[in-house]
Amino acid sequence: MTLSRRDFLVVGGVGGAGLVIGFYVNHRLGSRRSGVAAPNIYVRIAPDGKITIVVARSEMGQGVRTSLPMILAEELEADWSQITIEQAGASTLYGDQTTGGSASVRTTWDPMRKAGAAAREMLISAAALEWGVGRETCRAANSTVVHTPTNRQLSYGELANKAATLPVPTDPPLKQRKDYKIVGKSLPRLDIPSKVNATAEYGIDVRVPGMKYALVARCPVIGGKLVSFADKESKTVAGVSFAGKISDSAVAVVADSVWGAMEGRRVLNVQWDEGPNKDLNTAAIMDSLHKAASGKAVTLYSVGDVGKVVGRTIEATYQLPFMAHAPMEPGNCTAHFRGTDCELWAPTQVPQDVRDSVAQAVGLKPEQVKVNVTLMGGGFGRRLEHDYGVEAALVSKAASVPVKVIWTREDDMRNSTYRPASFHQLRATLDGAGWPISLSHRVVAPSINAQKGTPNEGGVDPDLKDEAGLVYSFPNALLEYIAPETPVPLGWMRSVYALQVGFASESFIDELATAAKKDPLEYRLHLLAKDEDIKYFDTTWNTGRMRAVLQLAAEKAGWGKPQAGHHQGIACFACFNTYAAEVVEISMEKNQPKVHRVVAAVDCGQVINPNNLEQQIKGGVIYALTNALRGQITIEKGRVVQGNFDDYAPIRMNEAPTIEAYFVPSTEAPTGAGEPPVPPLAPALCNAIYAATKKRTRALPIMT
Amino acid sequence: MADISFRVNGDDRKVSVAPETPLLWVLRDTLQLTGTKFGCGAGLCGACTVHVDGAALRSCSTPVSQIAGKSVTTIEGLSANGLSALQQAWIAEQVPQCGYCQTGQIMAAAALLRKNARPSDDQITQAMSGNLCRCGTYDRIRRAIYRAAGGAQ
Repeated sequence: MTLSRRDFLVVGGVGGAGLVIGFYVNHRLGSRRSGVAAPNIYVRIAPDGKITIVVARSEMGQGVRTSLPMILAEELEADWSQITIEQAGASTLYGDQTTGGSASVRTTWDPMRKAGAAAREMLISAAALEWGVGRETCRAANSTVVHTPTNRQLSYGELANKAATLPVPTDPPLKQRKDYKIVGKSLPRLDIPSKVNATAEYGIDVRVPGMKYALVARCPVIGGKLVSFADKESKTVAGVSFAGKISDSAVAVVADSVWGAMEGRRVLNVQWDEGPNKDLNTAAIMDSLHKAASGKAVTLYSVGDVGKVVGRTIEATYQLPFMAHAPMEPGNCTAHFRGTDCELWAPTQVPQDVRDSVAQAVGLKPEQVKVNVTLMGGGFGRRLEHDYGVEAALVSKAASVPVKVIWTREDDMRNSTYRPASFHQLRATLDGAGWPISLSHRVVAPSINAQKGTPNEGGVDPDLKDEAGLVYSFPNALLEYIAPETPVPLGWMRSVYALQVGFASESFIDELATAAKKDPLEYRLHLLAKDEDIKYFDTTWNTGRMRAVLQLAAEKAGWGKPQAGHHQGIACFACFNTYAAEVVEISMEKNQPKVHRVVAAVDCGQVINPNNLEQQIKGGVIYALTNALRGQITIEKGRVVQGNFDDYAPIRMNEAPTIEAYFVPSTEAPTGAGEPPVPPLAPALCNAIYAATKKRTRALPIMT
Repeated sequence: MADISFRVNGDDRKVSVAPETPLLWVLRDTLQLTGTKFGCGAGLCGACTVHVDGAALRSCSTPVSQIAGKSVTTIEGLSANGLSALQQAWIAEQVPQCGYCQTGQIMAAAALLRKNARPSDDQITQAMSGNLCRCGTYDRIRRAIYRAAGGAQ
């Protein structure tokens, strides 16, 4: 990226406030929002030396409040101990603030570096002017500018006001990677002390003056509507002050305590019109996906001609269920509607979308809605939705009080947006030696974006462009997509479609290896043997990088040498510009897999913070293990069946395997790690089950 | 409504609430001790773990009336400065990701270490498996408990 002078916005020296720098950058996050030009990053250096870095992405556990400042601080030559961070709320200043698609590091790497470098150069210039020396005789280190010949020093704080009066360099030089002091180091996360001593404030902890609490009764049937409600009993509950309709399918109960609101809602008498989906069930939905598979598909990727290939044919189908994100912090949002404006305190991955949706819902302009972004107790994509915020604003407006709306766990599980269920048809043709000369994969999955009203360009859900590519180069390949509609609300859940596509394709590759009587690792390495680029929409995948990751995982896991009585499975997949491979080691106990060990390797380019990356990899493996073993949302009579952590049961410590996380050292630009460790787990696990039992698992969840 | 008295983090407190109110909401809303978290409301996840008379307890499923006259310790009262050996170990091992479940994890671990200063691997697993973490921090939780117990794995 080249920054021209007009890309920069500098606000300097206002009232001696030191150096404030930000700049405009054109940047784009996946499919969620088209490119916009707006200032993106700010760093403030105060005369007292304090350096404040604004983080315009949301912290949901992935460490952006540490990793993004590290990138800027590196170029700034800052003393890391002087850094404090500030969380940006929804703003027009920061470009797209959506936190998702494993994109925060990938999309802010250049802007953050350039912001730091520009500030550093200005500080050096300020010092040179102060001393009347050539700036080439000065250098920056540790929040100080040093005049090399005389060893005179001025701190950044001392230089801030002068630096703010200087022109901004249009193309500041960036540091060589060999000189990095911050990037690549396992610096402790800045947010951890507060999360250990309980001073961290999550959305659910927000308290504003005069605030009341609300629970919302929502129609239990998907797509159902409110007919009427009677609040006589609710009003007898101590502290209940309001009960009222807030939408076509929801009634809020407001009280002066959470418990009062819970009790008030429990005794609320609501009549629902169950609507068109009252007989909907999972079996019918899966049947509809199977039927849709014979319909017309759009082509995601095509090379050669799979129709003309002759040889031994292998076919298999796979299917996956709906799944729920289930972050530990249940849904909540605090809102204060004040007639001509509305303020929210929102645990959200999309502050700007919440602002816009709230404005529309309560009849204000976006600029009349202020969204403060809180810490999040997990997101995993659930907080890409706007519902928490919109509901809270509607309740505040209806009840004329500032209010915190809290969702119970059951509310969250049953009124979520779900990872789309999917069905996959795969077919390959093998040559005489057992190598595939063609592969076709037909993905049948409802479109998240189409359901949300974003048209699928050319019939392709835009998320598939990051999440469904091929990692192997085949002479003939066809990747197709069919998007049947479903009334079940759909959402982006950690790794999105890569989970489904990765499960089907990496299970199938294993089946081909078996058919060819070859070792699953050797089979994959053969398919990756030649260095090749595979262009898939905007991404270019490289077989060499995939091969290196696969080899690293296999080597660290001791592929082919499991413990006695154990069995191994392997899989690799790439999504969101990052490569990942995993080896899963299991034993079978009472016909169920016990997962002993997972070895994961990734290539996400330059690693910003290895400690943070290890967390993301290990966390991704545990998250994926829940998905694979038990993560299933089913529908009966139009209702979501699962409600709490008993029937939607995440992995606990007693089931957690030993996990080892490795990465390929790389000087490529950094990409993300929140999602890519997820997809390889389920196929590697199911491939291990095959190794143990000679039975294929072609449907998730594994335990039913 | 009823007046209910108990000790919280060493202080005598009296609250006037519906007696069936779960202790969790009395702590969070009435006493503004929000370090104790709501996760499931059904004793399934452990985010709401506090100590009552020294033993770990799920505050989301315990009516406050049952706490009358007892002594409650929350994460805020685990140490004077928020830096008990256990909390320091949690920082040293860089345990939290989203962090939401971690106060409950720390309270469960503190209760374990009080009963058993040098727990074995299996004892840690047994004591901590009632506490869910969706970020998957289990291995670091285990390491932090070992560190606080003064032993290497």
